[in-house]
Amino acid sequence: MEAQKTLDCKGLNCPMPIVKTKKTLESMKPGEVLRIEATDKGSKSDMAAFSSRTGNELLETKEEGNKFIFYIRKK
Amino acid sequence: MEEKKKKRMAIIASKGTLDMAMPPLFLASTAAAMDVETAIFFTFYGVDLVNKKKYKSLKVAPIANPAMPSPVPFPNILGVLPGMTAMATSMMKMMMKKINWPSVPELIDMCRESDVKLIACSPTLEMTGVKKEDLVEGVTVAGAAEFLNFALDADITLFI
Repeated sequence: MEAQKTLDCKGLNCPMPIVKTKKTLESMKPGEVLRIEATDKGSKSDMAAFSSRTGNELLETKEEGNKFIFYIRKK
Repeated sequence: MEEKKKKRMAIIASKGTLDMAMPPLFLASTAAAMDVETAIFFTFYGVDLVNKKKYKSLKVAPIANPAMPSPVPFPNILGVLPGMTAMATSMMKMMMKKINWPSVPELIDMCRESDVKLIACSPTLEMTGVKKEDLVEGVTVAGAAEFLNFALDADITLFI
């Protein structure tokens, strides 16, 4: 999937991936896609909750080994 | 289209130890990231969290805290020994650093940047002699009525 921006949250723990995702989305245009890489085990459910609350659509969630990859489209 | 009313969270932070500083600040910064309108009311020891002279050096209390993690079996009563508070604090700071947790000043900055309302309890300042100038920039000083006015419309209210 294509993304306009990538955010590296590897090694960061809750709530930093969410806070950084929000901040990065603020710098993007509506409709653009952000790719997020995270290792926090809670990030899978956290990103889903963040997305459903804020309306920024979670397009895809992938797991690669210990890494989670998320694609979020800015509202 | 009608704008959906924002959700709201009101937190009272009443503790001034390093471990108890984390839950209100983490919850507030996360809530703000989730578009929740958030306020923290700092009262009693909680004011230390926004006191520039203190917020970099909050401590952990080893006494009366049997949950305190320790590398070796450790009778809780030994927490009264000199130096134990410093030891417990540096151990906790090390554990927090290991998982890349932000510090209290960094968390306060995150809250400010995301428009979390930071309110310091005015009678607490009066009682402890802490001045408005001692507080982190952006903190407002107000009383219980101001907090309640905000909290009455809140979806979540927490006392920590």
